Amino acid sequence: MPARAPLLPAIAFAALAILFGILFLAAERERAVAALFVVAAAAIALAARFGAIDRVRASIRAHESLFYAALVLGLLAVVVWFHDEHFVLLMVTTSLLLMVAALGLTVQFGFAGVVNFAGAAFLGIGCYTAAVVTKYTALPSILTLPLGGLMAALIGSILILPVLRTRGHYAALVTIAFAILFKTFLEVNDALGGPQGILVKPITLFGWNFNQPIKLGPIEASFYVNYLVFAIILLVLALVVVRRIDRSWIGLSLDAIRLDEIASASHGLDIARWKILAFTLGNFLAGTAGALYGHVLGFIAPNNFTFGDSLILVSIILLGGIGNPWGVVVAAFIVVILPEKLQIIQEYRFVLYASLVILILLFRPQGLLPRPLRDYGLRAGRSA
Amino acid sequence: MSALLACRDLTCRFGGLVALDHVDFTVNDGEIVGLIGPNGSGKTTLFNVVTGIYPPSDGRVTFAGSDVTGARPQTVYWSGIARTFQRSRLCLPLSVFDNIMVGNHKRLNHGLVFNLLRRRAFAAEVRRNWDEAVEFIGIFNPALAARLDEPVAGFPMIDRRRIEICRALISRPRLLLLDEPSAGMTHEETRELMDDILLVRERVAGLTIVVIEHEMGIIERITDRCVVLNYGRKICEGSYEQVARDPQVQEAYLGVAA
Repeated sequence: MPARAPLLPAIAFAALAILFGILFLAAERERAVAALFVVAAAAIALAARFGAIDRVRASIRAHESLFYAALVLGLLAVVVWFHDEHFVLLMVTTSLLLMVAALGLTVQFGFAGVVNFAGAAFLGIGCYTAAVVTKYTALPSILTLPLGGLMAALIGSILILPVLRTRGHYAALVTIAFAILFKTFLEVNDALGGPQGILVKPITLFGWNFNQPIKLGPIEASFYVNYLVFAIILLVLALVVVRRIDRSWIGLSLDAIRLDEIASASHGLDIARWKILAFTLGNFLAGTAGALYGHVLGFIAPNNFTFGDSLILVSIILLGGIGNPWGVVVAAFIVVILPEKLQIIQEYRFVLYASLVILILLFRPQGLLPRPLRDYGLRAGRSA
Repeated sequence: MSALLACRDLTCRFGGLVALDHVDFTVNDGEIVGLIGPNGSGKTTLFNVVTGIYPPSDGRVTFAGSDVTGARPQTVYWSGIARTFQRSRLCLPLSVFDNIMVGNHKRLNHGLVFNLLRRRAFAAEVRRNWDEAVEFIGIFNPALAARLDEPVAGFPMIDRRRIEICRALISRPRLLLLDEPSAGMTHEETRELMDDILLVRERVAGLTIVVIEHEMGIIERITDRCVVLNYGRKICEGSYEQVARDPQVQEAYLGVAA
């Protein structure tokens, strides 16, 4: 057995990534932001040139749990650093929740090959579930998260039949139609607030209202810290589930039906069963993220869940690398934070996304972080 | 000898085209049967009907005593028939191990709880199957056994065929259908692969094989019995020598004597 890769590169990489994140979030002026971007690109190019990337990758593979722990600690450091900056915290929370939703799309599209151009609609189902549950029922508001996920999975099951019976472009059209119908449905439905939107009450947990600022002695932290910490927990859970699916026989079956349905059927794989599982799980993740997103926003309207927003989710997985959960993490960060930081492009952000996606598809179709081969989480199974 | 696979009056029509015309086709336990015939004579269609990819228009298929007529491909696989495809249908971006495990579907635990929560037990199952895959692919080519974790896309055609046959064999089928395993290979490679197939039959006890093949040399060397199709009809059946002497077969392959 080869010697175990050292721990240092993984930890150093995690520290650098977090440090870069903090600098990036803290950068106020557009020149600073642009400079940081250039520095990062140069650093990555240099690291690739000198083989550092391979060393980091080997190190992460050898010490996976420690690396993840370091990242979570780093995220908590981000929380502490920006504890009183509403806007930064909101931005980071939004990007984490979009990561969760995009992880859902990764299971659907990246693993099982089921296209879903209605990601924002499923996110919206979660949001509206949160609004309705807190407005009309006395259920504990924390339950909106699983309920949002369940609602998304349930409403998604309307789409299962057409999605199973169509393929490729046609399946895409079915979900596009759903995305548009969903928004129209919200606009004409008065119980859900119509085009004006609806208020989402804050989460209260054991008498603690999430919309209250946190006071620790002399320090007062923004109430967004509550939500951000919650979003971190949700993201970690989603990542664990998606990674484990990827590294299991389930992930293998999903890959097989995506790549060749006839060969899969001839080896006993039940195509419908696996597609339904992937589609439902993906919608559940989007709905859960959506419920929390609704509480974070506090007020939601049909315009938050347009077809364009669904396309953003799709562009996140294309940009990050189809089927790679870590690609989603990097891409969601870029897609959410960059336009906020560069106010000039804010208005043109759809142009930016579109050109990014086109560039990626042309020059790096496997995405920023291409999906690696499945390794089942053991040392490649090479039993010594 | 008892019939393992029996097709009676099997007919398959696509619109006006009769791809299989009342074919009677029997395979006995333990034999290697060659299925031959000119292009478009219905050989692959026969495989596709038996394995449930196309529904038959008429006729019955029984396998090991049970009726599998018009069954779904999944059911056919579970009942113990495995196959390879004429144009290799491997998942190219996946590793060799992953591809072989696709064929092992019925022997793997696909439970959500097992896969997501019982990771230790899962890891043990992966190790067990890894060793088994090493053993199986080792029959063909020991060099491949060391490269189980590489993507299939990087292998030449002959190795892909070997991987595909391994994928079919790993689930311990009783009947193996090989659809033109030598397609796209050189003479030398074809010979190698046929040696492999004979070796497999030696090692895997009780395996019955039906092979579609164009090269008569191969048919002569590896099969116990041949069935000849032409225009969807069975025109001849018997040992290679009998079949090769048959005037109808000669006509089908060489055209009518002037």
